[in-house]
Amino acid sequence: MSNLIKGKHHDWETVIGLEIHAQVKSNSKLFSSSSTTFGSNPNSQVSLVDAAMPGMLPVINKYCIEQAVKTGVGLNAKINKYSIFDRKNYFYADLPQGYQISQYKYPIIGEGKVTIDFKDGSSKEIRIVRLHLEQDAGKSLHDQNPTKTYVDLNRSGVALMEIVSEPDLRNADEAGLYISKIRSILMYLDTCDGNMQEGSLRADVNISVRKPGDEYGTRCEIKNLNSIKFIKQAINYEVKRQIEVLEDGGSIEQNTLLFNTSTGKTKPMRSKEEAHDYRYFPDPDLLPLEIDQEEIDNIKKLIPELPDERKKRYVDEYNLSNYDASVLTSDKAISDYFDSVIKSDFSLKASSKIVVNWITSELFSILNENNLEIINSPIKPKDLGKLVKLINEDIISGKIAKEVLIEMFNTTSDPQIIIDKKGLKQVTNTDEIEAFVDEVIEENKKMVEQYLSGKDKLLGFFVGQSMKKSKGKANPQILNEIIKKKLSKKN
Amino acid sequence: MKLNTNTINKIAKLARIRLSEKEADEFLKDINSILDWVEQLNEVNTDNVEPLTNISSSALTKRRDENQDINSSDEILQNSPDKLEGYFAVPKVVE
Amino acid sequence: MEFQSISQLKLLLDDNKISVKEIAQTYIKKIKEKKDLNIFIYFNEDKIYDQVKLIEKISNDNSLKGIPIAVKDLFCTKNMPTTAGSKILENFNPTYESFVTQKLINQGSMFVGKTNLDEFAMGSATNTSYFGDTINPLSNEGSPLAPGGSSGGSAAAVAADLCLGATGTDTGGSIRQPASFCGVVGIKPTYGICSRWGIVAFASSLDQAGIFSKNVTDASILLKEMAGHDLRDSTSSNVKIPNFSENLNIDLKGKKIGIPKEYTIDGISDEINEVWEQAIKSLEQKGAIIEHISLPHTKYALPTYYIIAPAEASSNLARYDGVKYGHRAENAKSLDDMYELTRSEGFGKEVKRRILIGTYVLSAGYYDAYYLKAQKVRKLIADDFVKAFKECDLILTPTAPSAAFPLNEKQDDPIKMYLNDVFTVPASLAGIPGISIPYGKDKNGLPLGIQLLSKHFNEQEIFNAAFALEKDYE
Ligand SMILES: [Mg+2]
Ligand SMILES: [Zn+2]
Repeated sequence: MSNLIKGKHHDWETVIGLEIHAQVKSNSKLFSSSSTTFGSNPNSQVSLVDAAMPGMLPVINKYCIEQAVKTGVGLNAKINKYSIFDRKNYFYADLPQGYQISQYKYPIIGEGKVTIDFKDGSSKEIRIVRLHLEQDAGKSLHDQNPTKTYVDLNRSGVALMEIVSEPDLRNADEAGLYISKIRSILMYLDTCDGNMQEGSLRADVNISVRKPGDEYGTRCEIKNLNSIKFIKQAINYEVKRQIEVLEDGGSIEQNTLLFNTSTGKTKPMRSKEEAHDYRYFPDPDLLPLEIDQEEIDNIKKLIPELPDERKKRYVDEYNLSNYDASVLTSDKAISDYFDSVIKSDFSLKASSKIVVNWITSELFSILNENNLEIINSPIKPKDLGKLVKLINEDIISGKIAKEVLIEMFNTTSDPQIIIDKKGLKQVTNTDEIEAFVDEVIEENKKMVEQYLSGKDKLLGFFVGQSMKKSKGKANPQILNEIIKKKLSKKN
Repeated sequence: MKLNTNTINKIAKLARIRLSEKEADEFLKDINSILDWVEQLNEVNTDNVEPLTNISSSALTKRRDENQDINSSDEILQNSPDKLEGYFAVPKVVE
Repeated sequence: MEFQSISQLKLLLDDNKISVKEIAQTYIKKIKEKKDLNIFIYFNEDKIYDQVKLIEKISNDNSLKGIPIAVKDLFCTKNMPTTAGSKILENFNPTYESFVTQKLINQGSMFVGKTNLDEFAMGSATNTSYFGDTINPLSNEGSPLAPGGSSGGSAAAVAADLCLGATGTDTGGSIRQPASFCGVVGIKPTYGICSRWGIVAFASSLDQAGIFSKNVTDASILLKEMAGHDLRDSTSSNVKIPNFSENLNIDLKGKKIGIPKEYTIDGISDEINEVWEQAIKSLEQKGAIIEHISLPHTKYALPTYYIIAPAEASSNLARYDGVKYGHRAENAKSLDDMYELTRSEGFGKEVKRRILIGTYVLSAGYYDAYYLKAQKVRKLIADDFVKAFKECDLILTPTAPSAAFPLNEKQDDPIKMYLNDVFTVPASLAGIPGISIPYGKDKNGLPLGIQLLSKHFNEQEIFNAAFALEKDYE
């Protein structure tokens, strides 16, 4: 796939880097012990520290440090044993201290890398520059009152990990795959809940375009995008805009942009401060953060199997394609479900592809219809495993199995019980099936004649009618054979 | 002269302090003389000297991840010059 | 009625010769009489009697039961408003009690009021306060003197006998210099020994709470109660606090006293140098060994301090924006308008000047030349002391370059004003403990202070030597 965009005079290449802000999954904030729960009453989770009361001091949350280190390991990144918290100074209504505590020169995590996988089976490595810990700001509400902006500090001070990529991404799809990959790694590690709707994961996107081979062009930064769909839309719009400007002989101004989700357009932010000058300096209220090798080793022991390892296992052990495996592993909950199904019965390992299909088509459609996440599926993995096993053993047909699945969804019972209770067991007894076929032949003499005179297509009709008589329970293979045999006898 | 009227106003803007012309002139004079005075630090050779940010020799105190702060929003808002419906209120920001 | 010391008052209380209420009445009367000195920003009789009711109930085992203490109005107090001497903290009522004041309350002390200070502790004369100048109680009628600063109100409160102890904070000399000006004892302990939690921040890497008292023993009693580890201050040190007063020991035999040659400065009056000389002789007579030492980077301490302190202050004072508490300008048209008006109305001139300097030295393109450079020189200054304390146990110097100066002395040259801290700032930059005790007088009868410094957490030796020197004037 070419990443180049056809232009008037020459092709264009897009260069994209992402700054992802991921909220650390923790009970309390980065520098205070107030709660991080989402959606509480305004200013009900605000400590004296979060409200920047005079004389209040930050004390760091040990767990947040561990979560950052864990994430660093998951991103194959360098863990810095020495890091420093700096103050980033600027004024804004939802920044009560007048500065954000962040990390500037010495972040806790250094260079790392992640792999993204494409449909065609290929993959690409995206380099990570750094990950640092910082405080989130509060929330300004501009539409509650005609003359005032309201400020809620509940989010003020919540721990964020800012993950900065190199400008290694070349189009919107790559950016989408990259953020999904980061999200899935964080969710496997359980260091971020990945909830983009609630803002637990959001991204600033840096975009520029250039003639292939040239130096990087001037970039613009689109701030605070909180869905993969919007990230892609924003990139596509912005790339088009930049190329248009350049092709019309203009130049790109380095700017911070906002993406309007209803118009699908980007526009420059009303500048918060004429010239940004954040005056970073080490926070004198905090000492340098030092982590020793033993702590790092202990954290490494907590690292679960990550998407890439799991993907490799699926390819090696279950013979899934690289892409299938990457889709399946991209969502930990789905992948966990799959693993539980496979592990529920030794014989299922050989039919992993069938299991994947049952999860991604039948189970998903029923869950989607009912607005349920897989984690809340009433159909438990072991029961889905049983269902696949019943199909494999010819106890029921695939068609009946779909009926059984709906029943399993409604009653949460074992598929075997449903089959027994409803008498859905497949008929394999040839005498019984012959009886259905005979009835159909008897009732459709004309059709038989037509068939015999060469209308082969009618075979399907007889199969369908006989299956109907069996209430769908006849083993389709046996049924087919009997019909063919019987009709040929008529000759 | 380190600062001129332009730069002192830029600094004042960054610090969100509004200066009258007279104040700007006075501060300009004072601050320039202070900056000239601190310039004597350039006499000191600081090659290979590590900057000292904090003299505390102890290790960074770390907290356990527990919710302990139970301030009511009333308490947090108590001293605010303008509060409405449980929020701090400020002049409307147009984004 | 005048009580000479904590132990004297405590004894009277234990023997039922005086009640807590009577102590309160005595001091309320004195404070009212000295109202003209403008020592207190906040004084409220009812609040004192409220405390009396609580204190009466507690056991006499509490070491500070009924002891009248004045609190610098930089410590946040739950039952009294806190202003930091600034209009921008007008009507601010903390819902919390600072670590230090809480510890004093826990021992039964009685807070008589909140004392005046330079706005946000920025000054050396207690003349930058929004609440007016404080007058040094040692002034002669008609020619008011400055009490020093920034903790001038606290020093004056002790000097005027309006309390037996007063809390202070020292960032570059703000306890030691006013102690010297007012003729009282003032100690700035090791950085980190008293938690900064609940103290309005000026310069976080330098701010340290300490105490004023009438004598060294009282200072040692009070410091023990104020100090201690606090998990809410990441720079608080976790060291065992000795029982300083019980350990007081005047025997200085064999103790090495360092006399830094760089503290002999041109333009300092002979009187100051004479007092210094007397103290040296006295220590020698008491068996100490005098070592002539060098602190080569002393000269650079003031310019270093006047980069670092304003830089930290410019950021620490960003929270005063009119949103959460304090003064807010009226009729602002936009958020930025509100910030700029609030801050230009709320802050006084000296605070603005320091915020502007601090903003400048941290700004893009100047950070390395000013702030980073200052941090490196600070390292050299701290190292000077580390080396010095390999040769000696204590360092003896004058506290301030002059005695108390007239209140109305023109202070339009900031650098001249900053020179007040010339002897105190180096120790602040190094985070080491220092005490000032009154030692002799100038020709006008004004007290002069001398300063004793030691290495980190060696307050005990400072108290011991100060205790020995104090005897010279008893
Ligand atoms: Mg960004
Ligand atoms: Zn960030």
